[in-house]
This record gives sequence, C-alpha cells and structure tokens, in this order.
Amino acid sequence: MATINKKRRLGREVSIVGAGMSDFGAFKEKDSRDLFTEAFQEMMGHMDQGIDIEDIECGYLGNYSSDLFEHQGHTAPIMADWLGMTPVPMTRIENACASSGSALREGVMAIASGMYDIVLVGGVEKMTNLATDEVTDVLASAADGLYEVPAGLTFPGIFGALAKAHMDRYETNLDHLLKVAIKNHNNGALNPKAQFNVTIQSLMERRQARAQERGQPVPDWRTEMDFLNDAQANPWIAWPLRLYDCAPITDGGSCVLLVASEIASNFTDKPVHIAGIGQATGRPLHDAEELTSLSSAKAAAAQAYEMAGVTPQDINLAEVHDCFTIAEIIASEDLGFFAPGEGPRAVDQGRTALTGDRPINTSGGLKAKGHPVGASGVAQVIEIFHQLRGEAGDRQVPNANLELGLTHNVGGTGGTCVVNILRRS
Amino acid sequence: MAQGPKESKEFNATSFFSYIQDEKKLMGIQCRSCGHLSSTPRPMCPSCHSKDVEWHEFSGKASLSTFTCISIVSVAMGKRGYGRDNPCCTGIVTLEEGPRVSAHIMGVDGNNPQSIKTGMALVLDPDELDPEDPALTFRPA
Repeated sequence: MATINKKRRLGREVSIVGAGMSDFGAFKEKDSRDLFTEAFQEMMGHMDQGIDIEDIECGYLGNYSSDLFEHQGHTAPIMADWLGMTPVPMTRIENACASSGSALREGVMAIASGMYDIVLVGGVEKMTNLATDEVTDVLASAADGLYEVPAGLTFPGIFGALAKAHMDRYETNLDHLLKVAIKNHNNGALNPKAQFNVTIQSLMERRQARAQERGQPVPDWRTEMDFLNDAQANPWIAWPLRLYDCAPITDGGSCVLLVASEIASNFTDKPVHIAGIGQATGRPLHDAEELTSLSSAKAAAAQAYEMAGVTPQDINLAEVHDCFTIAEIIASEDLGFFAPGEGPRAVDQGRTALTGDRPINTSGGLKAKGHPVGASGVAQVIEIFHQLRGEAGDRQVPNANLELGLTHNVGGTGGTCVVNILRRS
Repeated sequence: MAQGPKESKEFNATSFFSYIQDEKKLMGIQCRSCGHLSSTPRPMCPSCHSKDVEWHEFSGKASLSTFTCISIVSVAMGKRGYGRDNPCCTGIVTLEEGPRVSAHIMGVDGNNPQSIKTGMALVLDPDELDPEDPALTFRPA
C-alpha cells in the first residue's frame, strides 16, 4: 500500500475553460452521438472567448456500455466524426459509472504530460432503448459476474445491502434516505437540464390532481413523507431501497474543454483549475474491509486532498455519486465531510442542502438530474464549474467566497472511484 | 477420480462451482505462504501475492452480515420465479472461517425483511445449485 500514498504532482497545471451538457432525460428519437453533439455544441456556444474546433488536439470519451445499450461498440471515432474532429485521436474510457470521471483524468494527464495543450473530455450514455430488467442486467455487469451477479445481486441490491449494514451499525433509518431524495429533487427543480426538474412535493400534487381529474380516489398524502412511505407510490426496488431512493435510467451527454493553465486566459477570464485528482480501485462488497464504506472512495479522496493541499473542511461544495440515496450518505462520510455514522444526522440538520454549510448535489445529483452512467462524472464537474464561476442560476450556492468544489464519481459498487478537487481562479 | 488429487483443479470459478455441484463442498483457497484465506479461488494470493496457494474446504457454517430483498430482479432470478410478488433475498454471508461470500438466501420470507435478522446462523445449501446458472445458496441453520 506504500505506493498508493506516494505524493503525486501534475507535470503542469490544467484548467477547465468551457463546459456543455445535453438535456438529461428519456429521448426515444436520439442516439448517443446526437446527445454528445448537443453537449459539445452547448460548450462551443458558451466559450467566453471562442475557440476553433481545429484547435482541439485530442479527446477522451467516457461511455459504459454503448455495446449493450445500443449495439454499438467503438464509440469514440463516431463522436469525433459527428463533431467534425477527425482525424484527431479520440479514445473511449470504460469504468462503469465512473467512465467520464476516468476520461477527465486521462485528459488532465495528457495535458500535464506536455503532449497536448487543448483536450476535449466528456461522456455519453443512451440507456432508454432497453426495458428496465435489461438495463438492470447491463448495470449489474459492472459488478462481479462470477461471484456477485449469480447470487442474484443487482445494483440496487448491492446498495440495499450497504444500506442495511449502515442501518445496523449506526442510527440510520429509512427517513434519512428519503430526505436525501427530497433534497436532491428540490435542487433538481432548479436545474433546467435535470431529468426530474421537479420537487417530490410537486410530483405528489400532480398525482393527486390526476386522480381527481379521472374521478379516481384521491390519495390523502399530506406531506412528501406520506407520499414516499406509500408502497403504491414508492414501491420497493431492493429493500431497504425504494423507487425514490434510486437514480433514474437516463439518456445524456456531457463535455468540458481542458487546457494547459498557462494558455487558459486565451479562452476565458474565469478558468477553473484542477487542484487535485485521485482514482482508486476497490473489491466487491463481500471482500470489502467494511460493509458501510467504499474503500476506493477513501483512497481516491486521500490522493486528491494531498495533491490539492487541502482538507475535507476546506471544500465548499460537492457533487457526489448518489446512484442511490444511501450512496450519498456514505460518500459524505468517506470524503471526510462528516464522521462515520454522522452522515444521516447532517441530512436531518439540512447541512447538505443548498443553503447548508456543506451543500451536496446542488445539480439535483444523479437522483434528480439523471444518471446517463458514462456522462455522469463530467456532468458533476460541470456543476462545480458553474457554481465556482457564479453562474449556476437559481441554484447558485449563496456564498460569495466559493473557492473549492469536489466531485466524487463511483464506478460499479466501488470497484472504481474518481475524486476531483476544483479551484476557482 | 481419474484426474488425480484435487490440487490439480485450476484455482478458478469453474472449479469453485463444480466442487459445490459434484461434491457439495464450499472450496476456497489458502495461501501456504501467509495463511490468507480467500472465498474466491484464484491462482495468486491477493494478500501477499504468493503463487503457493492450496484448496481449503470451508465448513459451510456461516452468519448473515447484511442482506437485501430484491423486488426488481435480474432476468435470471425472474426465470426462477422471483420478482415484485416474491422478492429475492441476497446477502453478504460471513463464513465461520472469516472470509465473506455473496449468496442467495433461501428459506426466508423476502416479503417480510423485518423477519430476517442480520447475525442469524446460516448453512450452505448445495442442493439448490442450478447447473445452467450456478449460484451460491445458504439457508437458516
């Protein structure tokens, strides 16, 4: 384990100077190339001082499984073609739901190495062509196919087992999980790109209004908790996780433009710097040291904090991988924001809300923004980019001194974790 | 057996499941160099990286460390009759020798997770192995 703790530095500094993402949602008529092009066009249209496509030297694309979702392998050159970038090299990176987190890391290292000055990194996933049980199987293939999947474990199943372990060990209960979902929907309602650009309160009221219109019995939910505790409205997926504990199935694309920091001022007056990057692997849950934590997240975070020269307490806000509500709580502990077992209390106290002292998932998170798995890591970075530049609109964190943001992107059930720390210029 | 001693079996998943199916034994590996036990057979010790590993038979006695009752099941579990009306209980099981395994838990009520207790004693149930789709199965002791 000595080498994992070695101090590492980038060969030169790297900055983000542009960002774009497609709408996240279910788009029957769009293929992954359409979604990625949409993200790219938004980025190009919002470069503060413009850029020629011809100046982009290299690309890395996060994509989990276009092979199984769309029957399309070798996705990267198709994206290069659609963006009019051929013959620029483009490489697909696959690390399950951390694919674009890893793609970003490759892009950072490509610039830090001195090989390139301007690199496009992004991610895309088109998931809604398949039925839910087929999507469940595709996602489960990111777990151990020999020893986890045959036991019946699905993705929600593995996180359900983590949730049960957390509930056994600490004072965590089902309400804590649901409060994460409510918070992230509250944030998603402020994000026009979100798949669920709506609060759970509004979803509940819509259901009641629809029942009334149709002359059906109107459910007597009075609060969001009434609604979320109704087994009809919020059915079990993998006890103790219910539908509203799970990120949705989503189509979407995301990208950012990375440049060597020494030329960042050619593109914008407000670059966002890569202060620290970390990535680590972990074992399946049955071989994990703890059943209430992801060791890869702790290791990746330690690397990123060390490189950035900061502590968890210095981080102003974070986008964490809430593929399930319990995953956000565990992330908030693994990242050192709260002590082990204190994550649920922080949710109760509103500390992770938009107006709290440690806002988490201001974008709505994977839960409400949506989770096109290969695009999610870079989409997290895009939220921090906008927040640090003060351009997050209605969901801007009310803190004029935002300086440091963190992203936490998990692949599979912790087989991979990528942590990035971003600093405002 | 014509193949000679059991040490001749490759340290892999094919052997793991054939041991359960043919001999009703839960076999992992033990490192001869550092003593590390692993429930998932492999040719190299994951702890000290030695290639000097041997088969180790686990007793099949275990306890339930955590679990979930899955309503939206995999296609394979759906074929076995699990689903919304009959959730599939799957757990992380700690063998009495220490290592853990992921396993399907039979003989419990997936519709009533409150009745399933972590810490409960389990035993290997090698008779439930589906040769087409082998899954490690335990049931309450």
